[in-house]
Amino acid sequence: MTAGGDTAEGRPETAAPAAIELRGISKAFGPVQANKDIDLRVPKGSIHGIIGENGAGKSTLMSILYGFYKPDAGEILVNGQPLTIADSQSAIRAGIGMVFQHFKLVQNFTVLENVILGVEDGRLLRPSLAKARGVLKQLAAEYGLNVDPDETIEELSVGHQQRVEILKALYRQADILILDEPTGVLTPAEADHLFRILRGLKAEGKTIILITHKLREIMEITDNVSVMRRGEMVASVRTAETSAEQLAELMVGRKVLLNVAKAPARPGAPVLEVRELKMVDDEGVERLRGIGFDIRAGEILGIAGVSGNGQTQLLEILGGYPEKGSTLSGAIRLNGRDLPLSGGGCNAAERRRQGIGHIPEDRQVEGLIMDFTAWENVAFGYHHAPEYNRGWLMDNAAIRDDAEGKMERFDVRPRDAALAARNFSGGNQQKIVVAREIERNPDLLLIGQPTRGVDIGAIEFIHKRIVELRDAGKAVLLVSVELDEIMSLADRILVMFDGRIMGERLPHQATTGDLGCLMAGVDPATTAPEDAIPPAHKHVEELPGESA
Amino acid sequence: MDFATVIQILDSAVRLMTPLLLACLAGLYSERSGVFDIGLEGKMLMAAFTAASVAYATGSAWLGLIAGVAGSMALSLVHGLSSITFRGNQLISGVAINFLASGLTVLLGQKIFGLGGRTPSLTGAGRFPEIQLPFAAALRDVPVIGPIYAELISGHTILVYVAFLMVPLTWWVLFRTRFGLRLRAVGENPASVDTAGVSVTRLRYAAIAICGLLCGLAGAYLATGLSAGFVKEMTAGRGFIALAALIFAKWRPWSALGATFLFGLLEAIANRYPNLDLGIVTIPSMFMNALPYILTVIILAGFVGRAIPPRAGGEPYVKER
Amino acid sequence: MDKMPKWADVILTPLISLILAMAISALVILAIGESPWEALTTMVDGALGSSYGWGFTLYYTTNFIFTGLAVMVAYHASLFNIGGEGQAAMGGLGVALVLLYLPLPHWALALPAAMVGAALFGAAWALIPAWLQAKRGSHIVITTIMFNFIAAAALNYVLVNLLRPVGSMDPASARFPPATHLPKLSEMAAGIGLDWGRNTPVNVTFFVAIAACLLVWLLIWRTRLGYEIRALGRSEPGALYAGINPVRIIVIAMLVSGGLAGLMAINNVMGESERLVLNAVEGAGFIGIAVALMGRNHPFGVFLAALLFGFLYQGGGELALWTSIPRELIVVIQALVILFTGALDNMVRMPLERIFLAMRKRGRA
Repeated sequence: MTAGGDTAEGRPETAAPAAIELRGISKAFGPVQANKDIDLRVPKGSIHGIIGENGAGKSTLMSILYGFYKPDAGEILVNGQPLTIADSQSAIRAGIGMVFQHFKLVQNFTVLENVILGVEDGRLLRPSLAKARGVLKQLAAEYGLNVDPDETIEELSVGHQQRVEILKALYRQADILILDEPTGVLTPAEADHLFRILRGLKAEGKTIILITHKLREIMEITDNVSVMRRGEMVASVRTAETSAEQLAELMVGRKVLLNVAKAPARPGAPVLEVRELKMVDDEGVERLRGIGFDIRAGEILGIAGVSGNGQTQLLEILGGYPEKGSTLSGAIRLNGRDLPLSGGGCNAAERRRQGIGHIPEDRQVEGLIMDFTAWENVAFGYHHAPEYNRGWLMDNAAIRDDAEGKMERFDVRPRDAALAARNFSGGNQQKIVVAREIERNPDLLLIGQPTRGVDIGAIEFIHKRIVELRDAGKAVLLVSVELDEIMSLADRILVMFDGRIMGERLPHQATTGDLGCLMAGVDPATTAPEDAIPPAHKHVEELPGESA
Repeated sequence: MDFATVIQILDSAVRLMTPLLLACLAGLYSERSGVFDIGLEGKMLMAAFTAASVAYATGSAWLGLIAGVAGSMALSLVHGLSSITFRGNQLISGVAINFLASGLTVLLGQKIFGLGGRTPSLTGAGRFPEIQLPFAAALRDVPVIGPIYAELISGHTILVYVAFLMVPLTWWVLFRTRFGLRLRAVGENPASVDTAGVSVTRLRYAAIAICGLLCGLAGAYLATGLSAGFVKEMTAGRGFIALAALIFAKWRPWSALGATFLFGLLEAIANRYPNLDLGIVTIPSMFMNALPYILTVIILAGFVGRAIPPRAGGEPYVKER
Repeated sequence: MDKMPKWADVILTPLISLILAMAISALVILAIGESPWEALTTMVDGALGSSYGWGFTLYYTTNFIFTGLAVMVAYHASLFNIGGEGQAAMGGLGVALVLLYLPLPHWALALPAAMVGAALFGAAWALIPAWLQAKRGSHIVITTIMFNFIAAAALNYVLVNLLRPVGSMDPASARFPPATHLPKLSEMAAGIGLDWGRNTPVNVTFFVAIAACLLVWLLIWRTRLGYEIRALGRSEPGALYAGINPVRIIVIAMLVSGGLAGLMAINNVMGESERLVLNAVEGAGFIGIAVALMGRNHPFGVFLAALLFGFLYQGGGELALWTSIPRELIVVIQALVILFTGALDNMVRMPLERIFLAMRKRGRA
């Protein structure tokens, strides 16, 4: 068996021995080649970033490493030893731990029970629990991973749940820790705390693989970075020797157009006025804490923020379907008329009649019925429209004709209206939704994450259509977690944090750092930052001493 | 109503609740592991038939018991194949199993015994004898405690005692052992178990095997303990009452004991007083028979203490990408 | 791309499931020492070999069309209605009350009135489970099972204590007025000088059932309500986004479903027994599950599957009459059909998909 170091091909990181080395890994799901001939070398005791767009194959690669999938071809070496990772058990035995994007925790179990699950000592629980309690205390002291071992998971904040996942891996004596998009659900402050933990782990000699699509994190914490694009590993470089711009270019495969070509906005009268909008969900958590803004005709208002800070609720409320069991207060006015916040008049069909279009955040669950044909989906939400109906029955021929026209104009491929929605690619699915909503010519278009999981070509197309709608004098509300998208499309930017609006910026004045602070709940303009941090509640982590 | 009558009704309740309790605990294991089982009825029926047939043929209630467990387990395996291996609809599979048992028992029974689906009556060692606990005869005349001990506690078949012992045992297994921890975890979030390197499939098969075993005991008790032989459709909805009790008990072992006792008591009262005269109103037996179902609907409606089933229940586990 | 062509999905998979079910049934028959071939010929002969056999086969088919459609409509809203049995029983009560207490001079008036009664009572029995599912999230499978038992107990009480004529020991209602007698197909045939199906129960309700198939098809695939039912059945968040009210659709779908199950009573209670008896439904509500699954939740498929089960039911009866195979054989076949088309669907489908994928690859190469 050759040691990992001998075969490395003169990459920048050959100095240290490799904790993990992948050679020629390939994996296909049916016709989709998720991983193509991947080589990767992760030196021991380093933090290695893997970056790439959604669908670039990062998660598949890591799932292979954790024994979830068997690669079609290729070799895995752990600490220089070739290894077949048939299942998660063998990955754990090889010292690999994984923190998934969606936590794999049992909600009604305690922290302790979650930690020992699968690695109990013996058939009885009591000794295992006692041992784990001791180990957890030690780990907490060592790495600052404080969690109450007897708390049930459902009572913990997201940040703490993530710590439990890390503790689980460490309890299994993982030397190699893989984190899949760990900051997606965290506030910037929580993310910083996580990074401190990761640095501590690195100092103890652990190897960390960080999968993300956020350049800022890569630049901040990693030693080396590998870039994936469409299933291939396109580059591996030292972080210190690269730049965010260079990585971005590698990621998408060409210069990123940071600015969409558009004329300055010529805003008209206010179309949407939101005043003091508050929302408390069915568990009593205040999701919106008094939101107010206007959108005028002919302007795109962007809402930036880490996901989970109330944007989804805002879109749902404006779209007419607030979460079940929630209570609302405040006012929404469309073209000067009050819209009901509850009761019979508050539903998505009514909102559409009033002239509100909506491209939802999740097209696969909300925007489309995946088993319906493309033409049936073109009528989705507008199935009561007179042109789609003839008396008691729906006019399927008319819907079909309309669908074919829309698919033509929006270049949806394959151009087969009888095909079920699930058989289109992400970008083409989104085009069907966008075509349906934009061609209704709404006074106000709500857009959530318009380009999530959409290929570059479709992104440009969709952005162009949004700007066209604006230029036609319509109001657009754009919610996106992609700061770049907000900066290049929006005419004004609001930043949401913890159910409130932290501040407003104009895109040409705003910097990423400035917006990042707002997204973290810190207003750089005020001198006493702790005032800006809202009182802690169930879903926001308390970080003693960090806000000062 | 005098004391002796109360004892008699309670004694009858204990006998009638035993199959319910066993089936209810059977369902508890299965559903706690995330596999819904509305096929308890069919498994019990099949077990009752195989137990009675083998007990008749061999003259041994114990061999009958083994056959009963085997019959029930065979149907459990079918349920496992469809709901675990082939990730089918667990509810539909349960429905199919109920019909399969209902048809096969009569079909085979008619062929073997030619009695229109009945088995011949069991006598002697073909049935489980009633066990007289020590000092039962001696204590009989002691007031209050005597009848309770001699009539209520003593004098049941072995399977009654097994059923009652299963309650603390199930509690202990579920909450004090590694297997129990994993079983509960797989019913709440199978991905947590899978990523911990434990096989979801194996755990769920283990759970439905236990479910089959307990349903087998329940069926065998019906045919060789409570009655003397198998009669067509002899479970008479008990599997569904057990299911109701499981929901009523919110999937907890001790509560299952309480729920099945309540339902057994209702049946005992309905048997003794076909028209229960309460002075103001007369309650027909039909109402008493329907009461378990009505109570379950009320519980399900969530007006009195909401029943929340295991989170991953009913969903076949598919690894996400 | 879909893994296999639509025709394979619609025709091939249920067909293979049926063949599997039949093959296992044949093994069972072999196991009890009878000849499967003889059993089959007895069944075909008894069910389809004479107008008498057809008369019964079509009578049963009529029952199963209604209960199959009932399961199907609910299924499109992603609701598994196992309560057809209780809803059909309650439909019978509705029919009985209308016919016993309304003075209806002619069957042509009695039929629509009884249909209203049947549908209303069936729908009412589905309403509480529907409402509990929509508003409280109570699992409809469990509640409809419970409601089957409650219906049986309630009907038992009503027949014994309320509807039983004075002096009768039978737990059954009085006979319906002769004026409400529904024309049998045999009588209609005799009217045009044909001797067809004498002494068989099939009656005009058969045509009502066929009309119901057409109407249900229109409802599900041609109306806005059907569109909303199908959309909700596939994605509840999607339905909310599209302005579809889940509570309303769940309740309406279950009302339609319960109403269809209830309508079965026109056939068995009004058309056949002409009085309400205990356990009039005889498991037809459950057979509806097999019929809907086998018929791939399409009215035409339901019609064909109902015909198949009508044949099995009548053939099974003949089997019990002429051989030593009890009629429970068809319960076994029914169970196997449910198992293979419903629960073990993937077992049939996965190998098929693989075959089609391989064939497509070869076709391309």
